[in-house]
Amino acid sequence: MTDEKNHLSNKLGIWGWLGGGRYGLERYAYTLHRLTGLGLLLYFILHIFVTGSRLGGPESWSASMAVYETGLFKIGEFLVFVAFIYHGLNGIRLGLTELGFLMGKPERPLFPYRSSVMRQRPVLIVIMVLAVILILAGGLDFFVLTSH
Amino acid sequence: MRESTLWFWHIIAGAVILVFLGLHMAIMHLDDILALLGTGYANTVSAATVFARSQQTFFMVTYIVLLGAALYHGLYGCRTILFELNIGKGLQKLINWVFTLAGVGLFVYGTYVAIYLYKMKEVLP
Repeated sequence: MTDEKNHLSNKLGIWGWLGGGRYGLERYAYTLHRLTGLGLLLYFILHIFVTGSRLGGPESWSASMAVYETGLFKIGEFLVFVAFIYHGLNGIRLGLTELGFLMGKPERPLFPYRSSVMRQRPVLIVIMVLAVILILAGGLDFFVLTSH
Repeated sequence: MRESTLWFWHIIAGAVILVFLGLHMAIMHLDDILALLGTGYANTVSAATVFARSQQTFFMVTYIVLLGAALYHGLYGCRTILFELNIGKGLQKLINWVFTLAGVGLFVYGTYVAIYLYKMKEVLP
């Protein structure tokens, strides 16, 4: 068991999120995952109270929606949709990596070396392409095919 | 509780959210695309549709499951970020208490709303 005193100090703190360093693309995916996660949590807590306005009956709900279905709130809602798509799809990659599915089998470190970061990178790219497709579909629904 | 157990439930909660929030997002925000495909609800945020959904057992149960999973996943994730910032043991303990109480409080409130609206079907047409 590792002694807690021997843990490396997180000297950079939140600033460490900004630099990809040797992790490259995955480090920025990590930063974006955290930012979208915090944004979704904030929205979710507000959402619990907004949906709680249903307790006042259909009139109270309609009054709430009259406020939230307008310009700036609609853009905010779309950003929540975008954050969910990114966070959810990247979360699938992180979950699979966590369970060891995308890391490849252990092997001798023979030149040219292949790191496990590079092994899972194609999945990151596929997932980001999928995210862009779903975000475009969402944008179409939010701003073009608006029935409400 | 061991940190590895809390992390395990964080991943499980993430999987639950992916299914139920995915469903919620599709119903609420891809409604026009789903309508083009001949499925889904029309006018998803209108009072009539919202209250009709709230009074279905499936939606009432999934709201509560999603509420619990999302609160746990979100608050545990936020706690992890805060704990990484080299904060002292006292502050860690305070965060644990505040997040636990906030999570339980929000869960109780959200569950009350879901059950109350479900029972409204006895009053509303």
